[in-house]
Amino acid sequence: MLRLLFGNRVAVAAGAVVLLFVLAGLAAPVIAPHDPNLQNASAIRVPPLWQAGGTGRHLLGTDSLGRDLLSRMVYGARISILLGVAVVLITLVVGTALGMAAGYFRGWFDLIMSRVVDTLLAFPFLIFALAIMAATGPNLVALVLALAFKGWVDFYRVARGDVLAAREADYVTAARGLGASTPYLLVGEILPNIIPPLIVLATLRMATIIIAEASLSFLGIGVPPSIPAWGTMVSDGRADVAAAWWIATFPGMAILLLVLSVNLFGEGLRDVLDPRMRK
Amino acid sequence: MKGPLLQVQDLHTRFETYRGTLRAVEGVSLRVARGEIVALVGESGCGKSVTALSIMRLIRAPGKITGGRVFLDGEDLLAKSEAEMRDIRGGRIAMVFQDPLSTLNPTFTVESQITETLRVHGVASGAEARSRAVELLEAMGIPAAKDRLRSYPHELSGGMRQRVMIAIAVSCQPELLIADEPTTGLDVTLQAQIMDLLASIKQERGLATVLITHDLGVVAQFAERAAVMYAGQIVEECPVSQLMAEPLHPYTRGLLRCVPRLGRPDVPISPIDGVVPDLVNLPDGCRFAPRCPAAMERCGQAIPRLYPVGGERTVRCYLHEPPDAPATAREGD
Repeated sequence: MLRLLFGNRVAVAAGAVVLLFVLAGLAAPVIAPHDPNLQNASAIRVPPLWQAGGTGRHLLGTDSLGRDLLSRMVYGARISILLGVAVVLITLVVGTALGMAAGYFRGWFDLIMSRVVDTLLAFPFLIFALAIMAATGPNLVALVLALAFKGWVDFYRVARGDVLAAREADYVTAARGLGASTPYLLVGEILPNIIPPLIVLATLRMATIIIAEASLSFLGIGVPPSIPAWGTMVSDGRADVAAAWWIATFPGMAILLLVLSVNLFGEGLRDVLDPRMRK
Repeated sequence: MKGPLLQVQDLHTRFETYRGTLRAVEGVSLRVARGEIVALVGESGCGKSVTALSIMRLIRAPGKITGGRVFLDGEDLLAKSEAEMRDIRGGRIAMVFQDPLSTLNPTFTVESQITETLRVHGVASGAEARSRAVELLEAMGIPAAKDRLRSYPHELSGGMRQRVMIAIAVSCQPELLIADEPTTGLDVTLQAQIMDLLASIKQERGLATVLITHDLGVVAQFAERAAVMYAGQIVEECPVSQLMAEPLHPYTRGLLRCVPRLGRPDVPISPIDGVVPDLVNLPDGCRFAPRCPAAMERCGQAIPRLYPVGGERTVRCYLHEPPDAPATAREGD
């Protein structure tokens, strides 16, 4: 299975890029050349190294407050990935648990949950997240909850559908015939059979979450301003794009590259784990 | 302890459907002695498998056991709690199903599926469970048993898979094995091997077996007693030799005439006319009457009882009604 994944060059390259971002984020305090929040009035809007006026002190230049862009980028990777992983994990666990329960037990629980999910699906996600964040102001816990609020619905629907099919499978009846309890059936027998599409979905959701977080930060209601985030950086540089293109461009490209890589990796993973979806 | 190992009394299992109540099993009674192989014979949809699942209490909504009792060694299984039933399933009664590929979990190796059963029932764990698994596979006649432990179900052949299923079933030394069409998906030579295996397990371990099948050849060779089911009821029950030599119920006769005889092209195969009745809209009276060549007027009015006809034999047919029997019978008796 791993060999199949390694055979897919695009997925390998994408995975390498994702890994690079993750490592950069983890090692941010080590590799960042400057304090990402340190303002320097004497080095405002310094262009990147290769442009006239650029300096080796600030490889990617500085922003309008004289903060080092490279350092801010590296710390930005950290928060993007951290939030992405946290939100995806929460939604994966919650959505899968609720979906499996609804699919296995059916009855009133399924009925209520499925109506709740239908209702949530009718909500425009960004508007809702905007409302929450506008009410609470930028703070990380509220941000995670706002991002997770609707994300679990996708996992719920996939898990529920697959459990509906799996509960009728002969191996489930056979396991019951051998004395398996219901919790064991769900976790020990059914879950391993439905997990591959959920993992693929988790990867693809990760990309969506990163974009959503960047969008909220861009609007100034995502990550608190004290923490460097790509969305905030794009927003900061927006007014100066004509005079200092690098301030908004580098974080924008980082978002693009990370999201693209995560998506490509997810698709490679899907080809390996879920042959039905193969093109 | 004396008495039969398994005693099913007047079992009723129904399914609530949109069309109405489907009476899958109605008044089935069955006895299995220790070490005995009893065949439950009948066409698809006659209630054989539902009877088996009812014994195991594995019937799920919309199905429900609506009446009767199931005794295992004198204990009423229908009165047990779900937790007690979990210990009994796989521990004292084990089941083998028709299609071993779909009854083995595709995501686990043979080893983990055997050792997990041993662990759940507290028989063995760790290295001990592993060596037990090897012993079991060897006992099932699987070559290179150690290597096979690492195989996934899809890597095994059909016969091999069924051997693994049987190994799992007998792993916790059950007293009763319910084999639901264990050889149906296999070709003839494998059928014989698997049945030989079941017979030798029965010999060695004194395992009582309920063999569910539609294959009269298998019944003739391996079972000691047979109960023939039709539309949710047992219509004839007797030792297999008598059943083969002289079937009494018109349905059993018809069933035997459907089997082609090897080397006897002069004996024509004759199908039973008509179709199995709809279990939601059952006919009044004998359920086989609409298809029965010997049907009389009273057959359409009330269901005949299972009349004793000498020795251990019973037949549900007015043709064999003893002269001193009461005129009519309760439904489902």
